[in-house]
Amino acid sequence: MQCQLCGKRPAIVHFTEIVNNKKSEYHVCEKCAEERGYSVPLLKSKFSVGDLLAGMVDQTGVGEEGKVGRVQCPRCGLVYSNFRETGRLGCSECYVTFRTQLRPLLRRIHGSTKHVGKSPSRDSVRAALRLEIQRLHEEMQRAIEREEFEAAAALRDQIRSMEGQTAPDPGQARGEVRGEETV
Amino acid sequence: MKLTTLARSLGRWLDGTGPSADIVLSTRVRLARNMKDVPFTHRAREEQLAMVYSSTVTAVRKTPPLSTSTALQMRDLTPLDRQFLVERHLISNDLADNAKLRGLLVIPDESVAVMVNEEDHLRLQALASGFQLRSAWEAVNAIDDELAQDLDYAFSDELGYLTACPTNAGTGMRASVLIHLPSLVLTKQIGRVLQGITQVGLAVRGFYGEGSQIMGNFFQISNQTTLGQSERETVDSLERVTRQIIDYETRARDELVKDARVQIEDKIWRAYGTLRHSRVISSQEVINLSSAVRFGVALNMEGLTDVPTLNEMLIRTQPAHLQLFTGREMEQRERNVVRADYVRGLLDAEGDDAVRSN
Repeated sequence: MQCQLCGKRPAIVHFTEIVNNKKSEYHVCEKCAEERGYSVPLLKSKFSVGDLLAGMVDQTGVGEEGKVGRVQCPRCGLVYSNFRETGRLGCSECYVTFRTQLRPLLRRIHGSTKHVGKSPSRDSVRAALRLEIQRLHEEMQRAIEREEFEAAAALRDQIRSMEGQTAPDPGQARGEVRGEETV
Repeated sequence: MKLTTLARSLGRWLDGTGPSADIVLSTRVRLARNMKDVPFTHRAREEQLAMVYSSTVTAVRKTPPLSTSTALQMRDLTPLDRQFLVERHLISNDLADNAKLRGLLVIPDESVAVMVNEEDHLRLQALASGFQLRSAWEAVNAIDDELAQDLDYAFSDELGYLTACPTNAGTGMRASVLIHLPSLVLTKQIGRVLQGITQVGLAVRGFYGEGSQIMGNFFQISNQTTLGQSERETVDSLERVTRQIIDYETRARDELVKDARVQIEDKIWRAYGTLRHSRVISSQEVINLSSAVRFGVALNMEGLTDVPTLNEMLIRTQPAHLQLFTGREMEQRERNVVRADYVRGLLDAEGDDAVRSN
């Protein structure tokens, strides 16, 4: 089989790309693969998410590539081209430094750039409550195993009412003004 | 040495309890966390990694479920010890690399553990037997909340928990189930099912997680994305998909039994016979044969063995487990003999129990 890109050399790199559920198969030669950044992870060394990521990192603005590649994180000293090779950022500050480049990448990976999960809680009361819930949960499991269903049902109700206290609607919590944005 | 205790016990996540334990071997939820003021592990200096380790140990000592943890530094362990921990699903291959200051904190029943200075500073994990996503999530969520009292995590309101690899940013959560799907493999429907799984945004991996091989009809299914979805939503969607897969597996199983009961039973009994009587056996062979027997147990075939015994066999016959258990290093040739002895002993004891209880 000939390379789909240059049509000259034999295709030795075969891969499948899935974008928005659309599957496309590619068969390219080593040289074209290398130029597109596909060959390194596939032919040499061990395949890893980092390598794959590095391949996904912006192909946009090829002309500016040199410039973008030299952007450096003031805190850890990582240069963007370094991230492109390894798929690993250097420190939390890198998310601020490379914000413009990371946004489209995060969107491609996750389909979103917005965190809607939990946040670090310094609220020990809530944490303690969670632990207690976990303990009750285990107790309920044991009750079920012993076939003491009434006791289990009582525990279940207790857990439900306690869960109401630990998990405020995340939408509500996020609606609050949170001070300065870090990223 | 500390690891001998672990080698002699068997984690609670292997006890074969929990919902759908005949199909779902185990459930795991891990959270990736980093310290705000320290570069990520691969860019951090030795003394910074040491600081991450010591502050984590201090915080862990104050956290009720974790306070009983054993703290292990990878450098103090032999390659065999580290391989043992990988086989036990307690550390990743990356952590087993001892070039950096890395560590593991694990409580005696192995239900929760913390990897220190892996790709991220902390990887908190909860492991449970069977299909128990919610309780595993609650367990890891609770220790995360406790540790956050003492440790200053890298977090942004917009992007959530910040991680070395952007694929983990946000919740930093990877929830997974290790699921046994022999009927779907036998009926050749597995390809379609796996394709469906990846289309709904979940990932399929092998027995030891990322980058590992698919063995013995075991598949690890996990979430892919960590932004735009809360932890609870992630757990719920993995739970829904897993239920669906269990349903497919059960239906394929019923079809198989309807069409070819004797052939299936023959295959299972032959596998059992080999395990029960062989004198030399490789690790791979145990994995494959015990998969067939596990299938028989799921089919409620009488006289085979039970899920806890099969779990024990699966874990304890791995090379490092076998060597730590025996108390000496062995070449593959010798291991295959010791492994066969061990498997026979395990099934003999089981068989005798079954006879006595009848």
